Amino acid sequence: MTQDLLRLSDVTVEFGPPKRPVRVVEGVSFSVGKGESVGLVGESGSGKSVTSLAIMRLIGGRVAKGRIEFEGRNLLDLPASAMPAIRGRDIAMIFQEPMSSLNPLMTVGDQVAEALLLHGWHDRTARRKRTVEMLDLVGIPNAEGRLGAYPHQFSGGMRQRVMIAMAVACEPKLLIADEPTTALDVTIQAQVLDLMKKVRRELGMAILLISHDLGVIADVCERVVVMYAGRVVEEADIRTILTRPQHPYTQGLLRSVPRRSHEAERLYQIPGSVPPAGSIRQGCPFRDRCELAVPRCAEEMPPMFRFGPSQSAACWVTAAAKGASQAGAAA
Amino acid sequence: MTRYIVVRLLDAIPTVLLVLTLVFVAMRILPGDPAVAALGDFATPEQREAFREQMGLNAPLWQQYLTFVASSLTLDFGESMMNGRDVLGLISYNLPYTIELTIASVLLGVLIGVPFGVWAATNANSAPDSAMRGFSLIGYAVPDFYLGALLLIVFSLNLGWFPINGGGEGILDRMHHVFLPALTLAFIKAAFLGRLTRTALLEVLGRDYIRTARAKGAREPRVIYRHGLRNALLPLTTGLGLTTLTALSGSVAIELVFNRPGLGKLLISAIAERDYAVIQGGIVVFALFVVAINLTMDLVYVLVDPRIRVS
Repeated sequence: MTQDLLRLSDVTVEFGPPKRPVRVVEGVSFSVGKGESVGLVGESGSGKSVTSLAIMRLIGGRVAKGRIEFEGRNLLDLPASAMPAIRGRDIAMIFQEPMSSLNPLMTVGDQVAEALLLHGWHDRTARRKRTVEMLDLVGIPNAEGRLGAYPHQFSGGMRQRVMIAMAVACEPKLLIADEPTTALDVTIQAQVLDLMKKVRRELGMAILLISHDLGVIADVCERVVVMYAGRVVEEADIRTILTRPQHPYTQGLLRSVPRRSHEAERLYQIPGSVPPAGSIRQGCPFRDRCELAVPRCAEEMPPMFRFGPSQSAACWVTAAAKGASQAGAAA
Repeated sequence: MTRYIVVRLLDAIPTVLLVLTLVFVAMRILPGDPAVAALGDFATPEQREAFREQMGLNAPLWQQYLTFVASSLTLDFGESMMNGRDVLGLISYNLPYTIELTIASVLLGVLIGVPFGVWAATNANSAPDSAMRGFSLIGYAVPDFYLGALLLIVFSLNLGWFPINGGGEGILDRMHHVFLPALTLAFIKAAFLGRLTRTALLEVLGRDYIRTARAKGAREPRVIYRHGLRNALLPLTTGLGLTTLTALSGSVAIELVFNRPGLGKLLISAIAERDYAVIQGGIVVFALFVVAINLTMDLVYVLVDPRIRVS
């Protein structure tokens, strides 16, 4: 097993007044190894983005509980003034909205160069050279000539390339990509995903890819963490998830992916919708939408059960059926 | 970009013509006979007739209009009906005082208002923000002539720090003279600009690219000033144009309170004396000034926003 680069243990994020907090993320634990690519999947409102922003300590809410360790150091223990030195250099992030994520009044070259300047590239010539290199790497044609261009002169896909160039300029150890392709059309989506794989290969960094799209995750990631209503419900390597999902929610997600072979059938959908944040006080958050739910599901939140060397899921019913043991005990 | 500037310049032409027309019409529909006003009640009908003839008031209206527009555009406003002095000369003597008052008050307003607004925005919904709200409320509510009189009493009469009236001689003396009147106008501007800065900056700080800036490791001062305030400058530029215009109209009352020379004071006394030539000339210059400020603001946009510059 690779050494952990990032390890979240029992992370709980709350929003709103401290006296009546709304828990958006609860008890989330997972890890990302050095150079590993991990996908974080779940539908809107499952807490994926909040979790990723919590790692960067860029959320409006607060991390009420848990540890977020990066290279063994708990980021939550650091003073706020220590975070800027980590952001962009050790952990970089790209966002969903390439159209609005770049500063409209700064040239593309300046924005990439700023990432370098903030992390010790004080020599102007070197910075410029590196900026051109990075724009080149992400496939901006005529990179040198476009340093002085403004974001509005670029298309969405090109802007996302610029975002990637900016994020990886300082060769971070971890790149967090929050729905990087959601706002792009399908052909551009594929290009950007290929680019991310290429960049990862060339710079050897780990990726935490956040998406609601299992297809995107399967394309880039080795391991998947499935989130539902602010909790991790299943975790496994990508092949296992696709072939033997254990949690009913993951199974539902997979059944709702359109397939050639089932073209004539009506596409499956999970009935109901994600419960509002903070509305689940006890029991499994998925029970109201679950076809397998038993009375115990309403009473007790299932812990993570181990289903194989690389797979665990939080479900009473499948754990009982497969005779899985609690993950904590096995590890 | 050249095209944008040319279009803006062409845009200004109808505005100027419209303003001239309005001034012309306003002067003609004013009650009272200019001849009576100029010569007094005891002038003979022959004297009045001669005056009208001399002033071109007997010509058909359209001819008067064309003459007025033509002479206004060449800045030929004739002579004062009261003392026979050249109107352009009167204006060019007074205008610099109004311009220096306007510039000084806008400068002070920006220097006070913008930092205050930034402070309020970065501490939204806490004590500094409430302080800001109180300050702008007072700024909006207090009339400038009252505030001016108050400052005059405290700092000039009681403390003797500033001169009581006049415009001053030489650069330092003029700066000394302009400070209190400029501060009076600046107070109201600062209230307005502070509010505007707060709103604009708060809006910008919620944008995605601000999160991007933080995510790449920018510290808060850089996030706020480099990324935030620069983007907030767009709405601020509009506000700055508006507030410069109010500085002009505000100067009318302030020049009177501080008894300093200026276009406003010139106009007020001309109105009191029914000196039509001076009123006409003064208003036209005022209006041209307004058009020029609007034009400048349009050009400032170009400097601030690359989206206009490049496309």
